[in-house]
Amino acid sequence: MSFPSFNLLAQSILSGIFIGGLYGLIGLGLGLTWGLLRQINLAHFGLVFLAAYMSYHMATVWHVDPLLTLLILPPLFFLFGVGMQWVLSRFSISPFNSLLVTFGITVVMESVIQAIWTADFRRLETHYNDQKFTIGSLYIPVPELVTLVVAVSLSLLIWAAMRYTDLGKALRAMAEDGPIAAAFGINQKGMSLMLAGICAALAAVAGICLALTFTLTPSQIFAWVGVVFAAVMLGGLGSALGPLVAGIIIGVSEAITMAVAAPSWAPIVSFSLLIVMLLFRPGKL
Amino acid sequence: MNKTVIGILAAGALLASVPWLGVPAFYESFLYLLCHWMILALSWNILSGYSGYFSFGHGAFFGIGMYTSAGLAANLNWPFLWTLPAAALLAALLGMALGAVVFRVKSVRGELFALLTLAITFVVGTIVLNTRIDGGPGIYLNSVAIPAIGPTASSSIYLMALLGAVATLLISYRIQASRLGMGLFAIHDDEDVAEVMGVPTFRYKLLAFGISCALAGLAGGIHALFVSYVTAGETFTIVVPLTVVLMSVLGGTRHWAGPAVGAVAITCLMYFFTAGNNPIAGKAAVGVILVLVILFMPNGILGYFLKRTAGKRSVPPALAAQAAAAPEAAPAPAASGKVLLDVQNLSKAFKGVQALDGVSLQVHEGEILGLLGPNGSGKSTFINVVSGHFPATGGQMFFEGRQLAGLEAHSIAQAGIARTYQIPRPFAHLTVLQNVALVAMFGGAALNHEQATQEAWKWLEFTGLQDKADALPDDLNLHQRKFLELTRALASRPRLVLLDEVLSGLTPGEINEAIALIRKIRDRGATIVFVEHVMRAVMALADRVAVLNYGKLIAVGPAQEVMQNSEVVSAYLGTPHA
Repeated sequence: MSFPSFNLLAQSILSGIFIGGLYGLIGLGLGLTWGLLRQINLAHFGLVFLAAYMSYHMATVWHVDPLLTLLILPPLFFLFGVGMQWVLSRFSISPFNSLLVTFGITVVMESVIQAIWTADFRRLETHYNDQKFTIGSLYIPVPELVTLVVAVSLSLLIWAAMRYTDLGKALRAMAEDGPIAAAFGINQKGMSLMLAGICAALAAVAGICLALTFTLTPSQIFAWVGVVFAAVMLGGLGSALGPLVAGIIIGVSEAITMAVAAPSWAPIVSFSLLIVMLLFRPGKL
Repeated sequence: MNKTVIGILAAGALLASVPWLGVPAFYESFLYLLCHWMILALSWNILSGYSGYFSFGHGAFFGIGMYTSAGLAANLNWPFLWTLPAAALLAALLGMALGAVVFRVKSVRGELFALLTLAITFVVGTIVLNTRIDGGPGIYLNSVAIPAIGPTASSSIYLMALLGAVATLLISYRIQASRLGMGLFAIHDDEDVAEVMGVPTFRYKLLAFGISCALAGLAGGIHALFVSYVTAGETFTIVVPLTVVLMSVLGGTRHWAGPAVGAVAITCLMYFFTAGNNPIAGKAAVGVILVLVILFMPNGILGYFLKRTAGKRSVPPALAAQAAAAPEAAPAPAASGKVLLDVQNLSKAFKGVQALDGVSLQVHEGEILGLLGPNGSGKSTFINVVSGHFPATGGQMFFEGRQLAGLEAHSIAQAGIARTYQIPRPFAHLTVLQNVALVAMFGGAALNHEQATQEAWKWLEFTGLQDKADALPDDLNLHQRKFLELTRALASRPRLVLLDEVLSGLTPGEINEAIALIRKIRDRGATIVFVEHVMRAVMALADRVAVLNYGKLIAVGPAQEVMQNSEVVSAYLGTPHA
């Protein structure tokens, strides 16, 4: 164990905040379907990677600006999410079986990605990559900053929508007790289709941010599952701001662990947090 | 030995001859993988399939076994066969230590348990990677001497796995047919009720987890030798848990052989595709099959086919034998005056709400005591606390002189107290007969499997449900479900029966039937406390009534007398404003 310089520590914490933003962004859609639709949607990770690869493809092959793909991919994924929910809602599946079904879907997505883009590492090279500026002695990379800004603004937007719009209230009522909400005139099926669509669109946004900041390979899909689950559960199911806050807490604690101990110790942080949370405050979930 | 055991042993012996038949070594490694996955999937099913606690941590226990064997054999030069018991033991110990903590937290069930165990996998993996157990480079087993069981090295490894698979099959089969298996199935359907019916849920879960982890550790130990190079990155992944879940769900988790069927199917499928030209398509095919199976066969292959072929009806035991052994009518003590249950100053608070506030009440042997009070007065809480469903926050309870406060619910059930639930809570996946037999096994009667089934038939006839013995609870109407609750309570041969609104929601005709039945129960020697709003029934049945209001006992005595009590009248009708 070594104690890093103040500057290194500050830079670590900053990068922890950035990665935490991405955890929160990926966790946002996952937590909403889990909390509101009672589905544990592993396919969310498949969608994130699919969007990342599509964004990569558009940028490198068709030379579309990656930020422009933000306008193209989310609507496309919205439709995909609605379609998938439409099929799944025809079967009544328990939360646990939803985990298995969406795992199967994710495996299929992984295979599709591997068939099209191979298992090699892919890196989205754009002019954004090299852009960074400094504040004092700290480096701020632009793609990471964009990701954080997107994560924060989307989380706030969804939070406000859930809290203040009729639609949000209807969704929360539906999550509380579906049949009763339906009896009071809430179109349960339409709402869940829309919510699934929104979550898929959020996955697309997260995917584009992922492509901007990370090197892609299909087998990485499952590497994100554990830590994002931890963020969602720590933040609270169905909460819009929770995953972001929890994601940043996890990201920062991981970054500090990496700086103080060794990078290979990092996974223990998020999972220990999750275990402690489950054992001592399970009621909050 | 029965046919199934002989069948498993015969199949094992047959497969054990393969190495001497001169087949190419590659068949041995394929058969090895079949046995390997069979052990893992079957062992996972012992806890997760039977009891419904889906663990995603099987990779952790498999990995602990792998590292135990690898470390002991490669670094400390133990003879390999000696490392296998150590691998199983260590995996079981860690599993049970984890279980001892996790199983005490009531809300960690279902998907939370799955995620918690998944998190454990990564924590264990990180610790192994960063400590001297591995340290980063992994462990090579090249220099480890492979025990010469078969003619070649690869056949020896295969034979070890085969032995493990046969043992695991026998264990799974035995457990399903045993008390442990019955208890686990009850936990699967409704853990709280299982506990109240006398199943020691905590101990059973821990035991099942221990067995499950030990077998996973064994499979890991053998696998270390098979791969001959162990790394943390390859071991502690999501692959093992997902594969075993997939195999078990595909095969059917409610049957001991289900995971074995699934393991064979998936291993063949993966092998078929990876051996072919297109491994990516193979992976996609596995994904598609998983989706289709869950959507169209949620009970798995075996579950699906067993349901289709299950036309056989259970037959009640021979009539003559039955007549001889009608439910023992213990001589009705007819209100002997002896105190059976002595409740002193009992309190129960839910956060701020004082549901029971210093209630002291004596129940005499052989009497029928009606428990009355407005909604929310604490009647159901009284039953919940006495039966151990909720722990008391204060006070004493003595049953035949024995302190009940602080006992776990299953011990209270075994002491001779049975209860019904206001909203019937049968075990949804067990037949009516099994529902009743289970209580006879675990409750105060503590019968063995066969006796319990006989006992169950008697009580089903007593309550008139014998024609529904093979039905699932979902197929019953409310009246029948209420009577099933009653039958279950009786099958444990309780000395005290707590009835929570068995009459509510019944038609007047059904109420008459139920009143007659409750009288019959008392005539057989049981003491009864019943909560009821149907005053006609209270007046017809109760020797004494006790009235609760806001958690306090306000009156006890003969029914006519108590109903004249001014405090009781105002509790029901309100106080007139002067």
